[in-house]
Amino acid sequence: MSKYVPKKEDLSKGILQQESLLTGARIDGDWWDEPFEFRDGNFCHAAKPEVLQELGFPNPRKWAATDDDWLLPAGWEKTIKEGLQEWLKKSRSLKLYLDSCVRCGACADKCHFFLGTGEPRNMPVVRAEMLRSVYRNDFPLAEKILKGFSGSRRLTKEVVKEWHMFYYQCTECRRCSVFCPLGIDTAEMTMVVRDLLNRIGVNNNWILAPVANCNRTGNHLGIEPHTFVQNVESLVDDIEELTGIKVNPTFNRKGAEVLFITPSGDVFGDPGVYTMMGYLLLFHHIGLDYTISTYASEGGNFGMFTSGDMMKKLNAKMYHEAERLKVKWLLGGECGHMWRVVHQYMSTMNGPADFLEKPVSPITGTKFTNAAATKMVHIAEFTADLIHNGKLKLDPSRNDHLKTTFHDSCNVARGMGMFEEPRYILNKVCNTFHEMPENTIREQTFCCGSGSGINAEEYMEMRMRGGLPRAAAVRHVREKHQVDSLVTICAIDRASLPALMRYWNPGVSVYGLHELVGNALVMPGEKRRTVDLRENTMAGFEEEDDDE
Amino acid sequence: MKKVLIPVVMVALLAAIPYLGVTMAGQQYLFGVAIPYAAAALFLLGFLYRLFDWLKRPVPFRITTTAGQEKSLDWIPYSRLDSPATPLQAWVRVLLEVFLFRSLFRNTKAELREGPSFTFASSKWLWMGGLAFHWSLLVIVLRHTRFFFTELPGLVVPIEAADRFIELTLPAFYMTDAVVLSAVTFLFARRLRDAKLSALSLPTDYFPLLLIGAIAAAGVSMRYLDKVDIMTVKALALNLAQLSFDPVPGTIGPIFYVHLFLVSVLMAYLPFSKLMHMGAIFLSPTRNLCNNSREKRHVNPWNKPIKFRTYAEYEDDYREKMRKANLPLEKE
Repeated sequence: MSKYVPKKEDLSKGILQQESLLTGARIDGDWWDEPFEFRDGNFCHAAKPEVLQELGFPNPRKWAATDDDWLLPAGWEKTIKEGLQEWLKKSRSLKLYLDSCVRCGACADKCHFFLGTGEPRNMPVVRAEMLRSVYRNDFPLAEKILKGFSGSRRLTKEVVKEWHMFYYQCTECRRCSVFCPLGIDTAEMTMVVRDLLNRIGVNNNWILAPVANCNRTGNHLGIEPHTFVQNVESLVDDIEELTGIKVNPTFNRKGAEVLFITPSGDVFGDPGVYTMMGYLLLFHHIGLDYTISTYASEGGNFGMFTSGDMMKKLNAKMYHEAERLKVKWLLGGECGHMWRVVHQYMSTMNGPADFLEKPVSPITGTKFTNAAATKMVHIAEFTADLIHNGKLKLDPSRNDHLKTTFHDSCNVARGMGMFEEPRYILNKVCNTFHEMPENTIREQTFCCGSGSGINAEEYMEMRMRGGLPRAAAVRHVREKHQVDSLVTICAIDRASLPALMRYWNPGVSVYGLHELVGNALVMPGEKRRTVDLRENTMAGFEEEDDDE
Repeated sequence: MKKVLIPVVMVALLAAIPYLGVTMAGQQYLFGVAIPYAAAALFLLGFLYRLFDWLKRPVPFRITTTAGQEKSLDWIPYSRLDSPATPLQAWVRVLLEVFLFRSLFRNTKAELREGPSFTFASSKWLWMGGLAFHWSLLVIVLRHTRFFFTELPGLVVPIEAADRFIELTLPAFYMTDAVVLSAVTFLFARRLRDAKLSALSLPTDYFPLLLIGAIAAAGVSMRYLDKVDIMTVKALALNLAQLSFDPVPGTIGPIFYVHLFLVSVLMAYLPFSKLMHMGAIFLSPTRNLCNNSREKRHVNPWNKPIKFRTYAEYEDDYREKMRKANLPLEKE
């Protein structure tokens, strides 16, 4: 296990026995006087100077969160205050959410990081107060007359450190927002503060390196075009070996009907590649006229965790490439924050996409009216429609070796409202699907603990703490129903949940939904399948059982 | 406990000011006419200013909190309230939030268990306390309109009658008086008792509760205990309703001036405090927008073109590698 996390027994004991708000201990005085300390496992490496230079970001230097002096640029206070002023002008929601919280405390125990740490600043209301307290100090309000009374404080270097620590212990998952009677969205504040911190060079290499890669090569992993193609082609070979079917994806092909974009983790990461194999099998089987771009080869968007401009800049490639390739519409793979960007930002930022057509499934004729403006359809919507119209022959018993549960990804759940399509598909492609407890799924789903760009190795302790509520819910169905397979529709989940499961629930593997589709798909001309896409033996299909 | 003591002292002082002002300094006009007008003006102008200040700022993106299935494929039922597809549905969502506190109804209490694991039990106390508090305040405010009109407004008659349904005392006991005082006590006590609440509460959270509690206590005591001359009160209120600057028409017990002054403080304080949530709740973008960003483009007034790395620049950098990988090229 990682050197950045204590042994499971020790961390468990720590969480259960520590004096914290979780265990009922009280804090004397004010939350802003509570100490915090950067140590191994609770901070991400700072962005490397060359990464900042490549992006044209300010204050490139070598530094670490554990340093006393963070080498902030001259005038950093002014930069932050002006930045905040700018955001307040641009965004009604920020101003509303800073002004109107009544601190009713409904959100206090809704955050996975609060549940994993017991830290007062991880109560969503206090997370927002970290910014509000500074805002109240510097912006005119009647309450300002009595500063101690209104809970305001000066912006100091200590506050910057506190922000850096605790705005990265928020994964922008928006679970708190579901419970807030005023609909306050903590993610809006986290996004603004991270943007402000980036303006003074307080940053995270695990976010900015992928941003730089994505800008240059087209994807977060920095895969250059020829390698991207090679990798997909090696998946094509694997597919042929396993199924006897030769799929034939094309790249950067003009005139295809559909441009398919998925997170690069699906092309390069384990277990994302198996999900990719599922997509490729499905598209081949239905004869979809599609192409994959090496230039717009990233579905995800770490710009979202950086700044509004960066999100827009990286996202712009999707429409740009769709226009160049003259496709009719876009189809997007399984991903969480990608879909938050596509669903809630894309057409506003980079549209209107008048050069595209309103998406229609060429197989079923279904019009995806809900994507009429953005012209991008989610793969789960697409596949659910295929199944509903009887276009796929599926043998769910091919997934009988898996006992599954489904993890709703935060962004797809609370930023898009997609709950039924993946469940519909999952129920069609496997026979054993057990839901986790109701307060941990759907709109109340818990984050994997590593979303919003904190999936770094050196952040392992925080990830294991933040992921604990999710892991505990999986453990519940593991003990009750012997669940061994956690199915998701998010690439960050596929990258982060395996580590979380190894730590808290050994024996649970992580799957993408379309990997299971790929397993279950019965295709003409396929060879007798005895193993699944990751070459695990299927139950009931073993060769020795073949008595025919 | 400074956080609680400051507001306690403040409210006590605020209550003492009119009491002394009336009994010692004879400032009935100041506390009965001048300050209420000033406070009402501050309230109105302040409230409108704050609303305008919010409304003038753009909503750049359509960011809803979806707590239910989106409208997608025809055969999948969608959640009209939690993933609204039309403005009407979104406004029903907002109004249910305003009148029934739907989001608070969802509230759960997380508890750490061995494992470590968690249980999430339904927790409706805050929802009940909050509803009781806000609804009784609304009824009380509506009831008070009787002072400002010679004839009770039609809408208020049944509300008033229902409120004194239980005739225990003389004058008739108002249920909302008991409810609001209990609710304030509950809301105050939970901030003190719960470790999380006590950590996150600020003096500005205790102050309005205490202020409203003191207003209610003063009101209750002059109705049931230290009774004041109700006809003179009504005469003063009618004067105020007609924007008259006449002197206070008679003698009223000092407890009335305490009540009225604290109400004035509350009115003047409201627009500049968290109490503006009564306006903000209607404007919250996560609740009042439709979840239809992919169906209908939302326009951001400050959206501007951005320079991004184009395909042409990308191909220029990787042309050789792309050629070797047999990728189609724009320029050979």
